[in-house]
Amino acid sequence: MTLLALPTRKDEAWRYSDLDALAAAWPVPAATRITVAEGESAHDHLLQDAADGATAVHDYVIDIADGARFDFHLLNIGGKLGRVTFAVTLGKGSHFELNGAIIGGGEQTLEIITSVTHAQPDATSGQTVRSILGSHATGNYLGSINVARDAQRTDAFQSIKAMLLDRTATANAKPELEIYADDVKCAHGATVGELDKQALFYMASRGMDPATAKTLLLKAFVAGVFDDVAQDDLRERFEAAALAKLGTLV
Amino acid sequence: MLNIDNLTNEIDGKAILKGLSLQINAGEIHAIMGPNGAGKSTLAYTLGGRPNYDVTGGTATFEGEDLFAMDPHERAAAGLFLGFQYPVEIPGVSNLQFLRESLNSQRRARGEKELNGGEFIKLAKEKAGLLGLDMEMLKRPVNVGFSGGEKKRAEMVQMGILDPKLAILDETDSGLDIDALKTVGAGINAIMRKPDKAVLLITHYQRLLDYVKPDFVHVLAAGRIVKSGGPELALQLESEGYAEVIAA
Repeated sequence: MTLLALPTRKDEAWRYSDLDALAAAWPVPAATRITVAEGESAHDHLLQDAADGATAVHDYVIDIADGARFDFHLLNIGGKLGRVTFAVTLGKGSHFELNGAIIGGGEQTLEIITSVTHAQPDATSGQTVRSILGSHATGNYLGSINVARDAQRTDAFQSIKAMLLDRTATANAKPELEIYADDVKCAHGATVGELDKQALFYMASRGMDPATAKTLLLKAFVAGVFDDVAQDDLRERFEAAALAKLGTLV
Repeated sequence: MLNIDNLTNEIDGKAILKGLSLQINAGEIHAIMGPNGAGKSTLAYTLGGRPNYDVTGGTATFEGEDLFAMDPHERAAAGLFLGFQYPVEIPGVSNLQFLRESLNSQRRARGEKELNGGEFIKLAKEKAGLLGLDMEMLKRPVNVGFSGGEKKRAEMVQMGILDPKLAILDETDSGLDIDALKTVGAGINAIMRKPDKAVLLITHYQRLLDYVKPDFVHVLAAGRIVKSGGPELALQLESEGYAEVIAA
């Protein structure tokens, strides 16, 4: 087996990445392969909280067979470079759902890269990503939805929102659609914003100190990402990790 | 309680308040009336510490402390409440969460024990009842989807829960129908008409003053208080108009 060459910035999927951090950890581990059999329902999750300065790259290659469903929950908060990619192929009438959050500070680069292929008709997919970035952190979402020629009645959405806590932080959001079928519904929205100053003053006028007020607004911003995690203990673990990370940023 | 002396300020370089002086003692209710653009809301926001409302001269002390040396949340903890003309919507944060965090932040700042969930709910129920606001409303996000009247009622519930020493109420009567005006007026009286508390009502109209009787009425025009008097001044303004009274 030959090692692949280190990617460069010319490679679109690595355009906003931290290639120095990547070089330090090259080669990255092999992709995790997940296959969901026909008619089955499965879910998985990743709490990416690698140590400070570490490089963490997780690649998932996911095949969802006809009529199957796969749900993934992701919290991407650790490492100098934290990169999680999904290459998903959807069978007929199947469903893929990604709920993800990025919370970064310092000099972190945190990325979610997705490529969702609707290879067959009647499949649906949903991607919801919320990013909170402070200090000099960079948060990236690159997501392509590819609809094959025969994949009629595809229904796909991408909802990407980023919140910048400091003017020095960066968010890149690039939803992409490549559609070869003609009866397709693809919705995508991407926004980058800052905390609502009016809300912050309103909260201060009621006595909330700035850290409490910001934390409450940020909790509201990411709320929903982990709401449908079925196991209570896992949901609580996600929420606690997100809250602890927020505590280091406000 | 509140002593404002020769206050001047500007917003984005534009002078709004031009030497405003006002003293409010405990147990008093003051009303400030005045034409559009006089600086009424600016006064409220400046006292509340809104960013970009820069004080350029004069002083304000609250219970002897320099008000402008305090951050907005510290002013609240010291006992100042600002009722907003346009209460802000905060999606995703429930009223109960918002108020509990607010109250407990204030209590922490004052070195008091925080209220636990049960104690807080009991307090919230009592104050919501006073204003005729359904507890279900308090479970909803702050001001989101509330009608104009509901927002003002919710503001008064907030005031009841936070129990301030001084309430500055900026056009709390705007957007209220007659029944809501009565309820809100009764709420202000129940919460704030006490010997150790004071209220500064900012309003365009006499009608709120039918329900919350002021001890003093001031006319604010072009950034200054140009006339002060008793409740009869409000009636005179209502019948003669601002231009007449200011010119006199």
